[in-house]
Amino acid sequence: MFPAPFEYHRANSLEEALELLARFEGDAKLLAGGHSLIPTMKLRLNTPAHVIDIRNIPGFAEIRRSGDQLIIGGGTPHAAIEKSAEVQRSASALAHAAAVIGDPQVRNMGTIGGSLAHAEPAADYPAAVLAYDAQIVAVSAEGERTIPAGEFFVDLFTTALEEGEIIKEIRFPVDGDTVRSAYLKFPHPASRFAVVGCAVRLTMDGNTCTDARVAFTGVAATAFRDEGVEQDLIGKTLDDAAIKAAAQQAAENDELEFMEDHFASEAYRKHLAKVYAERAICTALGR
Amino acid sequence: MEVPIKVTVNGVLYEREVEPRLLLVNFLRDVLDLTGTHVGCDTSSCGACTVLLNGKAVKSCTIFAAQVDGAEITTIEGLARNGELHPLQEGFWQEHGLQCGFCTPGMIMAAYQLLDENPNPSEAEIRHALEGNYCRCTGYHNIVKSVQYAAKKLNA
Ligand SMILES: Cc1cc2nc3c(=O)[nH]c(=O)nc-3n(C[C@H](O)[C@H](O)[C@H](O)COP(=O)(O)OP(=O)(O)OC[C@H]3O[C@@H](n4cnc5c(N)ncnc54)[C@H](O)[C@@H]3O)c2cc1C
Ligand code: FES
Ligand code: FES
Repeated sequence: MFPAPFEYHRANSLEEALELLARFEGDAKLLAGGHSLIPTMKLRLNTPAHVIDIRNIPGFAEIRRSGDQLIIGGGTPHAAIEKSAEVQRSASALAHAAAVIGDPQVRNMGTIGGSLAHAEPAADYPAAVLAYDAQIVAVSAEGERTIPAGEFFVDLFTTALEEGEIIKEIRFPVDGDTVRSAYLKFPHPASRFAVVGCAVRLTMDGNTCTDARVAFTGVAATAFRDEGVEQDLIGKTLDDAAIKAAAQQAAENDELEFMEDHFASEAYRKHLAKVYAERAICTALGR
Repeated sequence: MEVPIKVTVNGVLYEREVEPRLLLVNFLRDVLDLTGTHVGCDTSSCGACTVLLNGKAVKSCTIFAAQVDGAEITTIEGLARNGELHPLQEGFWQEHGLQCGFCTPGMIMAAYQLLDENPNPSEAEIRHALEGNYCRCTGYHNIVKSVQYAAKKLNA
């Protein structure tokens, strides 16, 4: 299967990519890992006249620590995030999410910027990005702006990114000594995308939870933070009973636009959300 | 408009002009006549088209040839040395890791990256590393044994 013909441009800097985007106004697509874009181009769901390859931009795949922030370049492949000792140490849930995306070949090509921009409802990173309240830094001809994760995912395959913007980097607060985080998913047996994925980030004072972030992917049209579970964890001593009780609150918000397909019904997804909330909390706490 | 690319495949530098939509797997098979890399699904699922791009296993049906300008590619044809099979190739032979053989080149290239990063993988690690590769014949059991054979030989 071949995509429709297009012109290929390789950008050697973000500035050059922005210039090319401006020049081809609306008729160009950025190409990072290509592992979402190329399949849709082969199916001719996407037929851009111009493709701007941003994969080789120097410094675009950098992982660095700056004070209490972990900064991941938009072009960083999943495999680099999964295997980075810095990410494993300072943002465990993010490393867990990267490690369970697709398969090794997909993780070698796909990038975090591409995954977030694509906003597939069953993608893994969105849950982690929400649980960290990460900041998504977008650049455009007008300059830079920072989009909080909570405002980024608008709808199915739709984000707060504007035409002509590129995800330059994503900033995560690092897990300090008191923070425990994890990401766990129930993968679709064929595609390996998340049927349900749950990211948790708990701040603990001994056995007492002082702050909680719990986010799901796969359950609804966009990833979301589940305040029902969060509120039920905060202030509690997290023994087995308290964890179980909080997990039962998962996916109970009626305003959610639940996903449903021949593989998993709405009821099954709600059930899995509770099961994976409990497992992710236990994994984060090392139980 | 065609784009000029320079790619090193199995140690040989090739300079070609390619149509931007030409996929890497078709570049290897149809332009360079390296037909060891197979096309199974053409939808990035089966792993039959796996090659190494700068040492990392990737699915060449989901990469444009234009993207690999300046890169090094290794295909199944690049593993044997002076007529001697690579331990992975030998392992698949000795342990009956193939039946029809369609998935084998991709399996071997994916296993190659695994052994490169983890010379002593457990059975679970081998199965996990081959999650992107489908075999419709063997039931995977002998494939795991083939990789174990190669690991043992490479570590000897
Ligand atoms: C077989 C298979 C299995 C998969 N399984 C999973 C899975 O289990 N979980 C999961 O989460 N994902 C999965 N994926 C998707 C994979 O993670 C993709 O790599 C990812 O969604 C897109 O990243 P990319 O770099 O390949 O982006 P591309 O395909 O290059 O681009 C995707 C979109 O984002 C835009 N874009 C790319 N980079 C940027 C940027 N920096 N700024 C703004 N826009 C940008 C592009 O223009 C395009 O519209 C799977 C993919 C395949 C092929
Ligand atoms: S042919 Fe490339 S993954 Fe199946
Ligand atoms: S040996 Fe036939 S598909 Fe694997």
